[in-house]
Amino acid sequence: MEEIIHDQELESKEYFINMGPQHPSTHGVLRLVLSLDGEIIRKVEPHLGYIHRSIEKMCEHDSYQQIVHLTDRMDYLSCHINNEAVCLAVEQALEVEVPDRVKVIRTIIDELTRLSSHQLWWGVMGMDLGAITSFLYGFRDREMITDIFEETCGARLTMNYNIPGGLFFDIHPNFQKRTKDFITYFKKKLPEYDALLSDNVIFKQRMNGIGKLSKEDAISYGVTGPTGRASGFSCDVRKHHSYMAYDRVEFKEILDTEGDCFARYKCRIAEMWESMHIIEQLIDNIPEGDYKVPTKAVIKLPKGEWYQKVETARGEFGVYIISEGQRSPYRLKFRSPGFSNLSALDHMARGCKIADLVAIMSTLDLVIPDIDR
Amino acid sequence: MDNEEIKKFILDHVAEADCVEGTQFLQVTIPSEKILPLAAELKSNETTSFDFLFCLTAVDWPDHMEVVYHLKSTTHNHQLVLKAKISTRENPEIETVCHIWRTAELHEREAYDLFGIKFLNHPDLRRLLLTDDWEGWPMRKDYDDPINMIAY
Repeated sequence: MEEIIHDQELESKEYFINMGPQHPSTHGVLRLVLSLDGEIIRKVEPHLGYIHRSIEKMCEHDSYQQIVHLTDRMDYLSCHINNEAVCLAVEQALEVEVPDRVKVIRTIIDELTRLSSHQLWWGVMGMDLGAITSFLYGFRDREMITDIFEETCGARLTMNYNIPGGLFFDIHPNFQKRTKDFITYFKKKLPEYDALLSDNVIFKQRMNGIGKLSKEDAISYGVTGPTGRASGFSCDVRKHHSYMAYDRVEFKEILDTEGDCFARYKCRIAEMWESMHIIEQLIDNIPEGDYKVPTKAVIKLPKGEWYQKVETARGEFGVYIISEGQRSPYRLKFRSPGFSNLSALDHMARGCKIADLVAIMSTLDLVIPDIDR
Repeated sequence: MDNEEIKKFILDHVAEADCVEGTQFLQVTIPSEKILPLAAELKSNETTSFDFLFCLTAVDWPDHMEVVYHLKSTTHNHQLVLKAKISTRENPEIETVCHIWRTAELHEREAYDLFGIKFLNHPDLRRLLLTDDWEGWPMRKDYDDPINMIAY
């Protein structure tokens, strides 16, 4: 009997499992095929397209005003910023200068969007790692921003406030007061976020040194946003290619050098402070004036091409318009931050455990409609 | 480097390059066969060091295909739009740049998926967003799908 056992070599080979498309920590319908050696990940292969809606093809048939409304169906957590990118590209092509009032309001709305996106990220990240409390905290505080948005533009998700040439409506009379109330409130709450997760030993062990991404790799993979900046890649579009009112406010570009999950976490927390700092500088200084400049009912861009990049909560979002002088673009490409950030996932997750992959995915802050488009 | 110097640099390497000063970027069109040596040089040469490929896409023109590379240097902060013109629409082929800029791997797969441009020497050229059995290249202008066509 003993002989038989000794004769048999234990078989060892790689095997594959599917993570998703219906896995809670993929935050949407993303399917990852993992090659595993025991519990060690050898390869991660993303399979995309479960919610591909061919937005770029639809854009080739739509007017520029309609295209604006498609962009908030991509990264629905950065919807105002996505809308703004198309508006800026169209304004740039038409050589329209929007009034100061629009610039300041857009900047405030952008930063509120970033705050609410980071709040949601913080909430679901805690939940991914097994802490349900953070989810409740994050959503509780996010509700205040959603209420402000609801009063401003009438929607709570897939919001539309920007149009080519300005804004749909002027701000609500309550806007300034409610925003200031929120800032006062959230300044007390953000340290609680730190107390709950940032200083938690178990949490730190799940994050420190996991999913490292060097600066060179971040640049090569085109990883932008807080994910790229945590690796030391200075890629803040607000600083490098300033737009709207970002050149007149004082704020820091948050950079870290570690490039691991905890660095990405710290970057986003620090960015929330910076966002509040930007809003504080602007909220009492909204200039008087018009909230839009008149544009034609049918916008036709001249022949040519334009590229507009903006900084969403996830990184650099680009709109590339090629126009042949028609009411619709000849070709329109959305450079979505999630798509490029996802491409680095395989590189970051190799050699990690499955549980680490969940932490890495969380700190990448992927929004799947943004990737699939 | 300013646009004039970049222009000179590219013309030194690819004599037939067509340079147009756009409103934002310098736009350089080169034949698709020249893309690989030029891309490698733009990345590795210290005076240009275009290390950040922030957008890669394809355009279907009536008589040719085009692959558009948006490049930026993180050290020098200059930008460039490089366009590789593929002279044919039937079986368009171009060398991959994914070992120069890693982000190109997924972007090229997307361009293959939607435009049918074959990226030679790509490590894993398969459909990305559409299902494996999809027929045709949907982002092409002559793509015809009566069932799923966008009507307006």
